[in-house]
Amino acid sequence: MTVSKELQEQDILLELDDVHMFFGKVCALAGVSLKVRKGEIHSVIGPNGAGKTAMMNIINGLYSPQKGNIFYKQKKINALKPFQRAQLGISRTFQKVEVFGGMTVLDNIRLGRHIHMKSGVTSGSIYMGKTAREEIEHRRFIEEQIIDLLEIEHIRHRPVGMLPYGLQKRVELGRALALEPELLILDEPLAGLNLEEVEDMARFVLDVNEDERWRVTCILVEHDMGVVMDLSDRVFVLNFGNMIIDGSPDEVQNHPEVIKAYLGEEDLYATRR
Amino acid sequence: MQHEDKTVQKKNLYGIEITKDLTIPKLFYEKAEKYGEGRIAMREKEFGIWRPITWKDYFENVKYITLGLIRLGLEEGDKVAMIGDNRPEGLWAEMATLCARGVGVWLFRDCLIDEVKYIIDHSDTKFLFGEGQEEVDKALSIFDQCPKLEKIIWDDPKGMRNYDQDCLISLKEVQELGRELERQQSTLFEETIEKGHGDEVALLFYTSGTTSLPKGALLSHNNMLTMGQHLMTVDPCQPTDDYASYLPFAWIGEQMMSISCGLQVGYTINFPEEPDTAQENIREIGPHVMFAPPRMYEQMTRTVQVKYLDAPWIKRKCFELSTKIGYHVADFKFQKKSVPWYLTFFNWLANIAVQKKIKDHLGLSRVRNAYTGGAAMGPDHFRFFHALGVNLKQIYGQTEVAGISVVHRSGDIKFDTVGHPIPETEIKITEDGEILTRSPSVFLGYYKNPEATEETLKDGWLHSGDKGFIDDDGHLVVFDRTKDVFTLRDGKPFSPQYLETRLKFSPYVRDSWVIGDQRDYITAVICIDYAVTGKWADEKKINYTSYQELSQMPEVYDLVEKQIIKANKDLPESARVEKFVNLYKEFDADDDELTRTRKLRRAFVEKRYQDIIEALYTNNDNVHIDTTIKYEDGREAHINTDLHIRRLKIED
Repeated sequence: MTVSKELQEQDILLELDDVHMFFGKVCALAGVSLKVRKGEIHSVIGPNGAGKTAMMNIINGLYSPQKGNIFYKQKKINALKPFQRAQLGISRTFQKVEVFGGMTVLDNIRLGRHIHMKSGVTSGSIYMGKTAREEIEHRRFIEEQIIDLLEIEHIRHRPVGMLPYGLQKRVELGRALALEPELLILDEPLAGLNLEEVEDMARFVLDVNEDERWRVTCILVEHDMGVVMDLSDRVFVLNFGNMIIDGSPDEVQNHPEVIKAYLGEEDLYATRR
Repeated sequence: MQHEDKTVQKKNLYGIEITKDLTIPKLFYEKAEKYGEGRIAMREKEFGIWRPITWKDYFENVKYITLGLIRLGLEEGDKVAMIGDNRPEGLWAEMATLCARGVGVWLFRDCLIDEVKYIIDHSDTKFLFGEGQEEVDKALSIFDQCPKLEKIIWDDPKGMRNYDQDCLISLKEVQELGRELERQQSTLFEETIEKGHGDEVALLFYTSGTTSLPKGALLSHNNMLTMGQHLMTVDPCQPTDDYASYLPFAWIGEQMMSISCGLQVGYTINFPEEPDTAQENIREIGPHVMFAPPRMYEQMTRTVQVKYLDAPWIKRKCFELSTKIGYHVADFKFQKKSVPWYLTFFNWLANIAVQKKIKDHLGLSRVRNAYTGGAAMGPDHFRFFHALGVNLKQIYGQTEVAGISVVHRSGDIKFDTVGHPIPETEIKITEDGEILTRSPSVFLGYYKNPEATEETLKDGWLHSGDKGFIDDDGHLVVFDRTKDVFTLRDGKPFSPQYLETRLKFSPYVRDSWVIGDQRDYITAVICIDYAVTGKWADEKKINYTSYQELSQMPEVYDLVEKQIIKANKDLPESARVEKFVNLYKEFDADDDELTRTRKLRRAFVEKRYQDIIEALYTNNDNVHIDTTIKYEDGREAHINTDLHIRRLKIED
């Protein structure tokens, strides 16, 4: 265990405490503890089947763990449903893009604004005064903050299903951001992208994390070591349900067990370089 | 001899008299005062909405940038470079430079770092306007090597949060400095403008040059203003017109339309949201006037052809019928005969049913005059647009005359000529056939290059290096560049550019390069269009992973062969392409194969693809390639492959 700094209570946005998760007799997570600090990019790495996505699903509420607690802003959220967690400000993207293929880019992103909509079905069907103004406000937010940030002006009105994979990933990120999250879970955002798209996506993640406007805390699940080590403030290494180490990128790269279990003896930066 | 009617001609349009004293800033000041808040000077699509900028906004922005630049230490004659997309801030920066009596230098946005460095260094640029992070990165990487460069000004804050170098300053801060200065010297802006004179250098324009390093052409205020006036005399525009500015400002044609003509007429300049959305945005605007190099029109033609290939049977038939009618009508017009009544009627029908829709999709629905120039355009493309009812005209010009010198007149269009000289412009052909131009718009000379100036400017005549002649109707006919008229070994001449444009009429062919000078027969190197050919392959269920692989498929060779046979038809036997090879990549300006305006740099490709040329003139079926390609961001890729050579089947 190498936690270099004492963690201040209020600095911690999300905490997993001794979480266990079983599927039948298969143990996906065996007592995992994670502390994500506000404003950081905290990466989770590990070989395939290590339980990374299961961990994300637990945070987001798709799975509920058999044992252990999840705290968000010091509040226990074990019992909350995914949509309730979304209202708290937890947003995510998926390993395989989960967008609405038949809908346009704009509609997909609009969907992410749903929890911020105040008007209901009745006022929506009349669509006058307050509702119309609200709609314009949301559209302004989407245009100025998201479409501009992600550089997707040219595909605004195109159905997502027709777009190349790299752009679909971007749209999914856009939808996650439309929620105006405080915690953003990125499940392999770079998988299947070409070099140029990887660079773009990495830039967007950094923008979202560092920009005064956003300051979103990110949990990044990723296999691309070059990107992980460059972007992350902390890296959490998972191996078959067990944590190996949770530390700074430097600590992780030099940890003998990590090298043995996951990274191999090769140069860490060999990937994509 | 033209002196008497000069004054008459000078004031008849838009009420502006162009004297030697008039400068671009003075005209700008006048127009801004006249129009003020009541009229829209420009529009930019931003965040999905067209946002208007009135003349007053335009004026204020320019004013404070001007004063800011003076505060930063800009002095008369200092160079200010600009790089970035077409956007209002770019035009403001240019106008502010001129108002502060500096000299504007525009760079192409996709310039490689070496070119940027060469131009910044050679032009002694003091300030550089970049758009955002990308341009700032470029500028910072050459900052130490360009000692005269003092400040880099940026306007898009995206991604700029971690930059704190002293040489960087945002446009907002520059304007703030300007406001401060105004408080101290309230009339400085007006005084500075008043000091200007029409013969002063306004712009330093680097020509792309198909042969050598770029040369910097010095253009005066008077050059630019007379150019605008003369073009507008031929084809007047209205102040209520719309113009879409999406081609690089570093191209003289765009300067001519946005500054020279735009300022005099006062039409609204529209900037697209992003380069990617330009086509869509142009459609929303429906500009009244358009000036673009042939490649833009070629691209439009290709778009239509591809849609045609995709369309269901009934639509294809409608299209075929209406274009047939269109071609008939166009041919009558080309021959200056009156169109028979029944054809007029059919054309009216075709227009309603098909042509109007196509024009709308291409953003040409309101276009009164469309111009093309800068490179050769094939007659096929030219006829295509006239068949649609678009009044497309050829122009002839160069950076050295601040734009154009010769243009077609409406109703007097011949697709193998470039038309008549514009007012106050004289055209002379020397004994060797070189085209000489004399007009008030002829430039002042090349910057720091007296030898080239002497060669080009003799007694006020501009020696273009282009060859041509004047035909019986008084139209100027421009041959290809001198060195590009080829003769086969048996002495028969042919024009490679003509053949190339013919080949390019096929939607599957993006670029072509015809070889055959001092050889026994003509051959061609073809760059297939990846998107169109790729789509064709998808439909034929042909698998491929890359451009390189697709280009070498036997099926694709069959396809290209068919296209070449089509292009060969109606050509004399000696002028036909006999062999061709599909290149493993597209020609690219970043590899120096094309100029930034997409003209083929023949000498360079000949050297680069020597192996291919040799193989084309031996009995080999294959040629081995082992080379590296350079990407825009400086990365390189290694290519090791065999290219297949195909000899065309002998037809009847």
